[in-house]
Amino acid sequence: MTNTYVDKSYAYAVARLRHAELSLLDKAAMEQLITAKSAEDAEKLLRDKGWGGDDSEDTESMFAAETRKLWDYVEEIVPDMNVFNVFRLRDDFSNLKAALKESVMSYEYPGIYSSFGTVPSETVRNAVKTRTYKELPVIMADIAEKAHEVFLRTGDGQLCDIMVDKACLEAIRAAGTASGCDFIRDYAELKTAAADVNIAVRACHTGKDRDFLKLALAESGILSINGLESAALSGEDAIAAFLANTDFAAAVSDLKKSPAAFERRCDNLINDRMMSMHYESFGPGPVAAYIIARENEIKSVRIVLACKQNGFSDDKIRERVRDTYV
Amino acid sequence: MELGLFLAVLGAGLAAGFAGAGSAIGVGIAGRSAAGVVTQEPSMFSKVLILQLLPGTQGIYGLLIGFIVLSQVGILGGDIPSLSKGLIYFAACMPMAIGGLLSGIAQGQCSSSAIGLVAKRPDQFGKAMIFPAMVETYAILALLISILSIFGIPAAI
Repeated sequence: MTNTYVDKSYAYAVARLRHAELSLLDKAAMEQLITAKSAEDAEKLLRDKGWGGDDSEDTESMFAAETRKLWDYVEEIVPDMNVFNVFRLRDDFSNLKAALKESVMSYEYPGIYSSFGTVPSETVRNAVKTRTYKELPVIMADIAEKAHEVFLRTGDGQLCDIMVDKACLEAIRAAGTASGCDFIRDYAELKTAAADVNIAVRACHTGKDRDFLKLALAESGILSINGLESAALSGEDAIAAFLANTDFAAAVSDLKKSPAAFERRCDNLINDRMMSMHYESFGPGPVAAYIIARENEIKSVRIVLACKQNGFSDDKIRERVRDTYV
Repeated sequence: MELGLFLAVLGAGLAAGFAGAGSAIGVGIAGRSAAGVVTQEPSMFSKVLILQLLPGTQGIYGLLIGFIVLSQVGILGGDIPSLSKGLIYFAACMPMAIGGLLSGIAQGQCSSSAIGLVAKRPDQFGKAMIFPAMVETYAILALLISILSIFGIPAAI
């Protein structure tokens, strides 16, 4: 932790979390879900554990309720929510992409907006609709204007998404550095680097050129952009060789399996680093670890239920779920 | 001006003040954690209260040293000391002042972690008590040296 003497304001939050961690799903609970007879049985187990709420009748609203519970809880216990922007910027930029598409295509998709970002989704929607980008935070305003202009000029929604996604990764990394917490900074860098690797692999498979890579890859601080670009242009084996000497060395074999397997390995890599947060009593690090743990838990449960609905075997489901934090 | 008396009282004040400040900071840090746990689980109040109070002893030790000094240097009893004797009283108070301040803060941080342990594993309360209690050892050693020094000052100086 950067400086425990300035972080005593988190002593209250961390103590609350230590108790709240007791209600996280452990390996045994996850195994119980995986081996449930059906998706309905698995969902019933979750509802018995308090998942969802009175007004969350379907599965999707149960997940939304759990995410809402997480952020309400974090907001209640921490002195400064801005420290945790790293985890919320993804939703902001996702809302921005939706708003740009709505604006250019002149069609409304109200259901796709997330309410967990740092900026209310209505603000993003209105700012893009009325082209009053100043209503947005600086990190979003510039890219919103540029992407809107490119989208209108070229009609290329994918290009617009690439520009926004890169800005999102850069914003996440900047928020990680601004948090003043080593763990959050490392998380942001790892997430950015993992996204870069996924982009590079996809670009390699689809035969994209260097211009595309320059447009899409964001500086992560972990991987050399030039190195990754060259590797992506040379082929998948070159990417694997490039990653062999980086933090992603252990994930190279998963990269060859599928992007989903690689993402799972990256989540587990972060999970491994999170374990040290069990021994921290102060600072925002343990809170960040709890947020990641809850998000991973929701992601894993979503995977389990989806796999169960589609008749996957228990072993196939186990391959897909993330390691648990407790 | 009785410089010897001034130095002795300064030492007593620093012993009580610094050790008290260490305890206040320590109890304050542990109190935040205790409040966090009780917010989640009110039935844990008695357990976390004990852990919160552990860093409070340094303040009592500092008060004891201050009281002993004041009772020997003409404030609450005894005779006004000479300059050299006053200096020795001052020096004798320093272990408690410094040891109390730093061990109080360290014990508060340790108590805070122990409260986190109890929050997660209430059955481990006994072990959780031991960790901050270990820090107490060094406050007691500082107290011991201060007391031995004060009572060992020769009357003839």
